[in-house]
Amino acid sequence: MGKRSVIPFGPQHPVLPEPIHIDLVVEDEKVVEAIPSIGFVHRGLESLAEKKDFNQMVYVAERTCGICSFQHGMGYCESVEHIFGVEVPRRARFLRTIWAELSRMHSHLLWLGLLADGFGYENLFYQCWRIREKILDLHELTAGGRLIFSVNKVGGVTKDIEKEKLEEILRTLDEADDELRVIRSVFFEDRTVLSRLKGVGVLSKEQINELGAVGPFARASGVRVDMRMLGYAAYNELSFIPIVSNDGDCYARCFIRMMELFQSIKLIREAIGKIPEEKEIEVPVKGNPDGEYFMRVEQPRGEAFYYVKASGKPLLDRMRIRTPTFANIPALCEMLKSSEIADVGLLVLTIDPCISCTER
Amino acid sequence: MDVKIPDNELEVITVSDLLKRVLELKKSGFRFSQANAALIDGKLELSYSFSDYENYALHTLRIVADTGEEIPSITQIIPAAVFYENEMKELFGARIMLIDTDLNDRLYRIRQKTPFGKKETEAE
Repeated sequence: MGKRSVIPFGPQHPVLPEPIHIDLVVEDEKVVEAIPSIGFVHRGLESLAEKKDFNQMVYVAERTCGICSFQHGMGYCESVEHIFGVEVPRRARFLRTIWAELSRMHSHLLWLGLLADGFGYENLFYQCWRIREKILDLHELTAGGRLIFSVNKVGGVTKDIEKEKLEEILRTLDEADDELRVIRSVFFEDRTVLSRLKGVGVLSKEQINELGAVGPFARASGVRVDMRMLGYAAYNELSFIPIVSNDGDCYARCFIRMMELFQSIKLIREAIGKIPEEKEIEVPVKGNPDGEYFMRVEQPRGEAFYYVKASGKPLLDRMRIRTPTFANIPALCEMLKSSEIADVGLLVLTIDPCISCTER
Repeated sequence: MDVKIPDNELEVITVSDLLKRVLELKKSGFRFSQANAALIDGKLELSYSFSDYENYALHTLRIVADTGEEIPSITQIIPAAVFYENEMKELFGARIMLIDTDLNDRLYRIRQKTPFGKKETEAE
């Protein structure tokens, strides 16, 4: 047994987009234990439920994360809508689905770029983010904002997407599809990429289930779990099956997210093809919510959990968001054990950590 | 698409039944999803949610406890609950005993002690 020492990793580190600190207990070059600590950017967003009414909380929920902002707003609104028992107009459900999948695309492209940067492939990083810009342009075109665009409200959405803009989305997706096929071959076939990802950081299906991991991280280990199967928004009207791999390594996590980009393009095309012509995009919601609901949605990083409890007053008794990264940290620590210290940065990246989101 | 319309069940149990029910759910194939707390009328409501990913069913165990009441940690059965229990302890002041890795109020680096817990004006 070699001499044990502790190496602090983070909260500031070149591969980390956000602050997490991990004490790595190492023996020579091998990590034998990883002890995480978060809490550097805790914002207390959930406590705002004591001051902001349930409608204002939509904006708070959206600000949980800059990347999955739309989906946080949608998850929160759907939980309050369940308490009210209101049925959102069908067109609004399709609009939510289109924005949700565009958000997934820009999040996965962001991650693929960061991963490429993490293993030193800067050109690939630029290519991923170049395509991502086109998706952000679509956000701006359809909702007026690039990341946080506040189109959700309890009872529907605040903005419609006109026919010409839907056509523009389809045109841009055709371009993105072609460009993604080029970078896909680099991620899947390049020798340098494979040497950094194949067989690295393997977690089995049993370990994932034991440690409660979610999202692409779990699906890469053969766990067939995707909350879109619940059929919220308009997913119940679209053809969808979760993408799963059994390899459980970094390459599988990359594979899942890359293939989900193509799946998102397919879902958006299908949603635009099926979107109803009706004018209504919201229903009036009167009174205050009274009851509680647990809502689950599939964000780019995995299952997000919303708990809303209300007692007929404008202020909620409790609003809680369990983000996917919060669920993925125990499995991350398990994955780091027995890894090489040179792989730690890449392994942390492969769960697509969103720490600000986790700390709410 | 084959949409799953799951059971969304909420089961209220006593504190003494917590470990037994957690073990039973785990043995019957449920996977731990999340735990959270709420302070309602001066009492702590702790919810532990479990999912069956075959049919997407959600089963939530709910215990209602006095703020000073000791609550056993489930981390010996569910290792993934470690951050959730630390969060409930740190933000709500829940007295969760024998957490596998007790971070001793250092999960979130916040100055205020138990910000969601009983306020001083409400203290008995």
